[in-house]
Amino acid sequence: MSDVAEVRWAGDRALLICPTGHDGLLDVVERLRDAALPGVEDILPAAETVLLTLRDGSEQGVVESEVRKALSGTASERAITAERAEEVVIPVRYDGEDLADVAAILGTTVEDVIAEHTSRTWRCRFIGFTAGFGYLESDRGGLVVPRRRQSRTAVPAGAVALADGFSAVYPRRAPGGWQLIGTTELTMFDLSRPRPALLTAGTRVRFVRS
Amino acid sequence: MSGALRILAPGPSATIQDLGRPGWFSAGVGVSGAADTDSLRLANRLVGNDEGAAGIECVLGGLQVEAIEVVTLAVTGAPAPITVDGIPVDHASVVRLESGQRLALGLAATGLRVYLAVRGGLAVEPVLGSRSRDTLAGLGPEPLTAGDELPVGPEPIGSPLTGIAPLTPMTNDPVVVRVQLGPRADWFAQPEDLFVGGWSLTDRLDRIGARLARPGWDGGKDGQQGCPALTRRDSRELPTEGMPLGAIQVPPSGEPVVFLADHPITGGYPVIGVVLGADIPLVAQARPGQQLIFVPEQPRASAVRLADLQITLRGRPSATETAAVIAALTMLTHP
Repeated sequence: MSDVAEVRWAGDRALLICPTGHDGLLDVVERLRDAALPGVEDILPAAETVLLTLRDGSEQGVVESEVRKALSGTASERAITAERAEEVVIPVRYDGEDLADVAAILGTTVEDVIAEHTSRTWRCRFIGFTAGFGYLESDRGGLVVPRRRQSRTAVPAGAVALADGFSAVYPRRAPGGWQLIGTTELTMFDLSRPRPALLTAGTRVRFVRS
Repeated sequence: MSGALRILAPGPSATIQDLGRPGWFSAGVGVSGAADTDSLRLANRLVGNDEGAAGIECVLGGLQVEAIEVVTLAVTGAPAPITVDGIPVDHASVVRLESGQRLALGLAATGLRVYLAVRGGLAVEPVLGSRSRDTLAGLGPEPLTAGDELPVGPEPIGSPLTGIAPLTPMTNDPVVVRVQLGPRADWFAQPEDLFVGGWSLTDRLDRIGARLARPGWDGGKDGQQGCPALTRRDSRELPTEGMPLGAIQVPPSGEPVVFLADHPITGGYPVIGVVLGADIPLVAQARPGQQLIFVPEQPRASAVRLADLQITLRGRPSATETAAVIAALTMLTHP
């Protein structure tokens, strides 16, 4: 079958893959990675799409048909991503400036917010915004709060935050409008590590109280 | 390694750049690299380097350097006047500086970014495989300041290529760049309006992107000078998605941003079209106030319609007809 994804051209050096079938985004990303297509420079999953950038001089049409080939076929024989993804444990001091506001928005107590945040398994949907900033979604609903009305000009590195149903840790000091609920000492992005970003798309995350 | 080149003055802004660090999207790191890759590549070729060696990218000029050791240099990009110890030197020529000699750049009257390559390449410490300063992510060597001493790598084996340098003429005339519509052109009421009239580059222009405005545009009240505003079909939110180099992203104001080397890798506004890779250096060299004219470039595959093949081959087709058929068939085989 070929209805796994719609492929759109994004200029002459990139393709935007929009999954349409039942296979999830992470599955599409894995297939593309496994296929190691010639001409593909990098693969960037985001909320609902995957951007492929192409090397200089590669034929976009040729890469596009290779992509379609790689995405055709069923997903049933493939290993489930979740079982292959590693888990990262993030110790958090729940001392965020917006913790009380978050509890008020959700109509619950601060203790319940912490219990909810630590009891679920989070999964990195994609990396965006800045180096090492993983958008984490949880295995169940709730904990959905809007961004702050006014964004802060500087959110400190290590801030643990919530917004729009996602949780995230700010890898470095940056402006940001997410609701801050805590702090971690963990370094999310470190150039001295072979893999500088602690989180990549698919990584499972658990927050624990430190 | 001790420095071979001392920065006496960086000018308005100077950073070290190579061809960037592809392959780090999974860590959230973009490619970065020279904004005008054509000019960096040329400067490197002139001094016999690999095209991707690290050099200096500076804005408008103003850079002054002093040789600590003997160095061979070339300056390309925006044609800033060049002097060596006060004596004028041609743009895009190969210059040898003896120890203690100084090269100074005036300010370019056309173009925006000047590139300086040193034979051997700048040998500062690479970060994730590249010596580029990513101004958005804060990665790579710090922007240059007076007093910096830069190490230079070992001389390449090949001799500098001292033939005629293929320079793109830089003027203050409108710059014409080719754009392929999409991937989110369908989010706009009239995406072709991008090609109607010119856009002017605002002074909000850096390595991240070039923000555009309609000349004389009054905020969309009546779209002066026949230049229509870009309006959305509806006001849905676009879930965050990957942004390619050259993406023309349109925020709710309707005034587009063309993404350059240090652009954010993801974004939440729809991309109406993307500047062709080969034309990115033209955008990177355009100055605030200069006009940008977008012309449509069809993707090759969709450019071929069945009608193109309905060339009746009665009798002996002309060479032109035969060539047209072959061209159309060739394109069809690349669906």
